[in-house]
Amino acid sequence: MELNAVYVIVAREFKKFIREKSRLFSALARPLLWLFIVGAGISRLVPDESGVPYTQFIFPGILGMTILFSSIFSSISIIWDKEFGFMKEILVAPVSRFSIVIGKALSGTIVSTIQAVIILALFPFLGLKLGIIQLIEAIIICATLSFCISAFGIVIATFYESYESFSVIMNFIIMPMFFLSGAMYPVKMLPPVLQFISKLNPLTYGIDAIKHVILPSIGGRMTPDFSFKTSLAVIIFTSIIFVFFGAKAFERKD
Amino acid sequence: MVIKVQNLVKRYNHITAVNDISFQVEESTIFGFLGPNGAGKTTTISILCTLLSPTSGNAYIAGYDCMKYPSEVRKSIGIVFQDSTLDKDLTGYENLVFHAYLYNVPKSNIKNRVNSVLNFVGLYERKDELVKKYSGGMKRRLEVARGLIHNPRVLFLDEPTLGLDPQSRANLWEFIIKLPEEQNVTIFMTTHYMEEAEVCNKIAIIDNGKIIASGSPDELKKIIGGDVVSIITKDNILARDQIERLLKLQVSEKGNELYMTCNQGETCIPELIRSLGDKVLSVKIQRPTLNDVFLKLTGKTIREEDLSESNSSKESVRVYKRRH
Repeated sequence: MELNAVYVIVAREFKKFIREKSRLFSALARPLLWLFIVGAGISRLVPDESGVPYTQFIFPGILGMTILFSSIFSSISIIWDKEFGFMKEILVAPVSRFSIVIGKALSGTIVSTIQAVIILALFPFLGLKLGIIQLIEAIIICATLSFCISAFGIVIATFYESYESFSVIMNFIIMPMFFLSGAMYPVKMLPPVLQFISKLNPLTYGIDAIKHVILPSIGGRMTPDFSFKTSLAVIIFTSIIFVFFGAKAFERKD
Repeated sequence: MVIKVQNLVKRYNHITAVNDISFQVEESTIFGFLGPNGAGKTTTISILCTLLSPTSGNAYIAGYDCMKYPSEVRKSIGIVFQDSTLDKDLTGYENLVFHAYLYNVPKSNIKNRVNSVLNFVGLYERKDELVKKYSGGMKRRLEVARGLIHNPRVLFLDEPTLGLDPQSRANLWEFIIKLPEEQNVTIFMTTHYMEEAEVCNKIAIIDNGKIIASGSPDELKKIIGGDVVSIITKDNILARDQIERLLKLQVSEKGNELYMTCNQGETCIPELIRSLGDKVLSVKIQRPTLNDVFLKLTGKTIREEDLSESNSSKESVRVYKRRH
């Protein structure tokens, strides 16, 4: 792996990220709308009996959503790079495909984790009490999940050549992944078919791991769906698979 | 020989984009790869740059086999593609630094090297502006500068002046011709502007995937057999007869002009006038251009070709690539 190449791919993304302030603000608007408007609305329909208020319950899901959108957007900038030619500059360089994929995945990881941390900082407004250890654990999980979803986004990006496919990716990949991730409702309450699909979604496990760390452990319907170890293992394992497939897909030459 | 190509073939399904070509390029020269759009130039470059694998044949750059040692080949080459490959949201300077890191230029060297190539292409003053504010000519110059950062042995220029206005074109050529000497690099360029190929030390003309002629511009022009002299006379029929009889030249008529090819136009004209006397109304001499060479070899001008079937064959290659 060429560390210089990985470094400069990440540095480029980061530079563009801090240069476009509007991108950060609009990226943060989405989770805020869901948390304080959709969440506040639905919470009226959900009885408080389980001990976890609905707005607290969806908080891990909203962190997951922040990561999902920004990681995938960061990775599919590859399609943008292909369309505007910049990808060629990277592909003809004496750099392994593996380094390119790692560089791109780490770019998404950094950008997403920063956004997730900003959203995470809102926890006192939801009445959550988190210690420093819990916060650090949550950030580590967010970073791991960001890496996993970014790598997934790279695999997606290798299938498309032009940005016209953006709405396809949005409607058929990002939105279903969000709705079937246990973000807005526990997976165990879904009909069997949807439960099955949710269990194939890596985001489900990422959000579940965050639930373990930041939700009070009271029991009842609002508790996490899997064990902490399972969830963590799944996101780490799928990350490796996605990186592998991403690098393979980049290798293609006709 | 810094580039060696042997019996290269590239097929896409039923289309043969490159059909058994061989050539060699000497160190520190400018090599021109000429041909109409769709002739196979970009496909050949893509194979040499290790972006495509050939169907068969061999290609070596700086002694490295393009198929077996792509990484070594990549370190030895710089490329300026037909379409811009710059990041328009970064500054010129940042684009070059990005490249330096990708090519593993030692950190202590990066700043010097980047500033030196920026100076070379005359963009040092504009280096901190975003590339999207650059003009077409500046972008192309920045790409050439970028291609030079890692001191490549060969710099590929794929249609470097495509889409530039005449002034930027002239400006770009001005420093491209200085490259072999000042930057110690071999230039491999493609173009379908025949007049631009005059600066090359050696040229290969490619049409329908095959090399149909190669040599220096002067050697190629000898194919035409000399200068074209055209005259208008008071009586073309009589004049034609006289020229053919007295000067033993082949004469053809087009419009009201008579055309003939002579080895040396300068000595041919006085002879013509001597033998025709006051019948001559006007005389024109035309040095052969590479366009004439292409016309002679293929029976069509390179631009006509642009509009006809070869474009559609390029299009079908593109469609093929998209599908696969």
